[in-house]
Amino acid sequence: METLSFEFPCPGPDAPRAAPALVGVVASGNLEVLVEPTAPPGRCRVVVSTSARGFGEIWEAVVRDFARRHAVSGLSISVNDAGATPAVVSLRLDQAVEEYLGRP
Amino acid sequence: MTGVESRPARASFREATARRRLAAVLDPGSFREILPPSERVTSPHLAALDQPVAFDDGAIVGEGLLGGQKVFAAAQEGAFLGGAVGEVHGAKLAGLLSRAERERPAGVLLLLDSGGVRLQEANAGLLAVSEVMRAVLSARSSGVPVVALIGGGWGCFGGMGIVARCCDAVAMSEEGRLGITGPEVLETTKGVEELDASDRALVWRTYGGKHRYLLGEADRLVEDDVAAFRAAALDLLGRRREVGLGALDAAHRRLAARLFELGACADATEVWARAGVPEPARLPVLEVGEFLRAVASARRGEP
Amino acid sequence: MTRSWDTARRARAARLARARAVSPGRWAEPGRATALLEALLEPGDRVCLEGDNQKQADFLARSLAAVDPARVHGLHLVLSVLALPEHVELFEKGIARRVDFSFSGPQSVRLARLAGAGQIEIGAIHTYLELYARYFVDLTPRVALVAAQAADAEGNLYTGPNTEDTPAIVEATAFRDGIVVAQVNERSDRLPRVDIPGGWVDFVVQSPTPSAIEPLFTRDPAQVSEVQVLMAMMVVKGIYAEYGVDRLNHGIGFDTAAIELVLPTYAEELGLRGRICGHWALNPHPTLIPAIESGFVRSVHAFGSELGMEAYVAARPDVFFTGRDGSLRSNRAFSQTAGHYACDLFIGSTLQVDLAGNSSTATRSRIAGFGGAPNMGADARGRRHPSPAWLRAGEEARADPGAIPRGRKLVVQLLETFREHMEPAFVERLDAWDLARSAGMALPPVMVYGDDVTHVVTEEGIANLLLCRTPEERAEAIRGVAGYTPVGRGRSPAAVENLRDRGIVRRPEDLGIDKRRATRDLLAARSVKDLVRWSGGLYDPPKRFRSW
Repeated sequence: METLSFEFPCPGPDAPRAAPALVGVVASGNLEVLVEPTAPPGRCRVVVSTSARGFGEIWEAVVRDFARRHAVSGLSISVNDAGATPAVVSLRLDQAVEEYLGRP
Repeated sequence: MTGVESRPARASFREATARRRLAAVLDPGSFREILPPSERVTSPHLAALDQPVAFDDGAIVGEGLLGGQKVFAAAQEGAFLGGAVGEVHGAKLAGLLSRAERERPAGVLLLLDSGGVRLQEANAGLLAVSEVMRAVLSARSSGVPVVALIGGGWGCFGGMGIVARCCDAVAMSEEGRLGITGPEVLETTKGVEELDASDRALVWRTYGGKHRYLLGEADRLVEDDVAAFRAAALDLLGRRREVGLGALDAAHRRLAARLFELGACADATEVWARAGVPEPARLPVLEVGEFLRAVASARRGEP
Repeated sequence: MTRSWDTARRARAARLARARAVSPGRWAEPGRATALLEALLEPGDRVCLEGDNQKQADFLARSLAAVDPARVHGLHLVLSVLALPEHVELFEKGIARRVDFSFSGPQSVRLARLAGAGQIEIGAIHTYLELYARYFVDLTPRVALVAAQAADAEGNLYTGPNTEDTPAIVEATAFRDGIVVAQVNERSDRLPRVDIPGGWVDFVVQSPTPSAIEPLFTRDPAQVSEVQVLMAMMVVKGIYAEYGVDRLNHGIGFDTAAIELVLPTYAEELGLRGRICGHWALNPHPTLIPAIESGFVRSVHAFGSELGMEAYVAARPDVFFTGRDGSLRSNRAFSQTAGHYACDLFIGSTLQVDLAGNSSTATRSRIAGFGGAPNMGADARGRRHPSPAWLRAGEEARADPGAIPRGRKLVVQLLETFREHMEPAFVERLDAWDLARSAGMALPPVMVYGDDVTHVVTEEGIANLLLCRTPEERAEAIRGVAGYTPVGRGRSPAAVENLRDRGIVRRPEDLGIDKRRATRDLLAARSVKDLVRWSGGLYDPPKRFRSW
């Protein structure tokens, strides 16, 4: 397993405080994403635990693009990944934020 | 006549994740999770083996409402390690049942989707499953009904198969499977002549919901539809099976008689024929409604 | 010195005379099949051993592999698909020496080894229609060993739903004084219909076991992923609806199956029934059943049949091409022609795409070929009849307003940016170059050339190459949909934004697609059983796809 941590400042207001949300399952080629309002104000934290080693650069690019798409300030995103492709990762991250914000 | 009307408007139970099944079976918005993912109670064994963990260890437990009545509910996520039961997973199930004994809800729903013991966790997994078995029997003895819903893609095998039959009642879909030794293990240990695990029609004939219903091991056969499982759960909550030595003795006598009557059958189709079902070879093809009508008089019920 | 002009005819008579010692009549004993071939064949003969994409003359292949190499050797084998271990055996034993073919999927690794060991000469790899074309020019078979479903006493053949390549093979062979031997599954006094007249057939032999046909075109809806649903939505809205694609071919795969399965739902919602996907050059895909039942599909011409679809096809004669007997009539040569000239769009998947849009499934250790894709995925420059899609594509491609206008076929490559094991699908240099070098090929094997590709669709969006005016723009457009692959990460964000403004690169949101709707719930059928229900019980899935 490889653990990757990213933390970066986020523009805009903090996301609303809500109950944590989880989407996805830890199955081969898939991942689960947990969203919690536990990051410091103005920042976003992403922690990834992945069984596919050596893709740190790609994770960083995926996470940065994700942060640009959504208002994720104040949110902690935690990921358990079992080798999903960037396509599935991006999809899940988007779904997790939508779930957290209560938009089904 | 054409298939246009048969567009799957229903929500498939089998396709849904464990979380989605719980949300759909219970009254909308009523589920409150115990030990949610944010608590991060994950498997220390998997971590020690440097394998991926799941925040809920593949078991979702909590309380909610079913038709306005307070119930406890658990669902296994088959996609995570085949729904196999590890120490944490098992403790969540056993803990829920133990709490049910104290708090006495109208019942406990177990949405089972599991291959049995999580082998990676070795003895801890075995212990976990046996504790779940004991917890089910204890809750039932104290008067809390426990109902199993089986309709996921991974089936309900191994120790969890035993757990299912320790419950007051079982509802299955045709797609669901219930057994102890799974088809692949059976083929590996006994040979392909005994069971060809790649013959899916044979596997479902042997372990699937229709056969289990016919033998009386499943109390309800429903469509692969979350609403149908919800209705079955509501219905079965009121059903109790006697727990105790008397019931056990009666079960053994009944099973001995069944073995005598049907033990020589080489295939489920033969069982159905002996049980007096008309056109047994057609049973797998029938939709649920037609199937229930076809087997009504031949079904072996349990008292 | 006068030349004789009927040498082939006299040679044929001599061979038939030898064969009569083995089989006095038209029907040969199965146990004498090898002896019959030894009598008919001579060293160096060009032999078509029918190996179609689906149907294989496997009994004749086994019989041929058992001939005495001292009597029969150095054959030049021509066949569409080199699929059987027996085919490879022919080269290992020296019975055959040279091959011209189109596709070799299951034997591609062994083929590469044979080539490396010098045991085989590969004439060339062709696309199907190209190979049939050469049967009438410079690759005419001397002997054709074909497969049919049934034959009568006169040697009339019924090839039925899996007619496939047989008419093309037999026509070329029979009318150039060649010899035709057919293996059949059964002998019948009354054939459902005559597909090949007995006058074109010299010998018939009943195969001890029926020739096995694989269900190559069946895709279980349960395996379609969310990402594939998203790409299907983009194709339907961003291409089919946009250009008004009413005549098309789908290459095989789960991504195209996803498109077929969202027609009754997503395309219906968009009001597209009757405007897209009416006419198909396509095998009877089970995943097309919902679209047929929903009224999208007006006609389907098939290359071959598909196991389990026979009763459904027979019950839908308004849609499929069927004989007076009621069963499907397929014909790969005509379907390939239909796909080339009468379809406005081809869409298929691939393994690798480079920055010019060249696409290939060639990998270093396999010699596989491409089957029909190069033909389907090529612009039909001989086409003259217009259609809205063809005219619009041509207009988009027109760089010089002063040049004479022409139409253009839509050729879409559909793929996810990463394959299994995080292998990037977008590369700077195709593996095809290395294969060409190691196998001594004249050209790197390319499935669809970049200048024929009009659109590249990935989970990231659609790149419209028609609108690109320079190779640099084309490369940047491809980078713009190549996701997080090294090729994609090499993009200039400013350049991609510019392409987006010009509509050359379009993301799902640019197409008005809500990605949250890209779930399996959008599929009209989510399991094989759903397909059976859609068909009203007519579809009879093969065993491996059923749990009942």
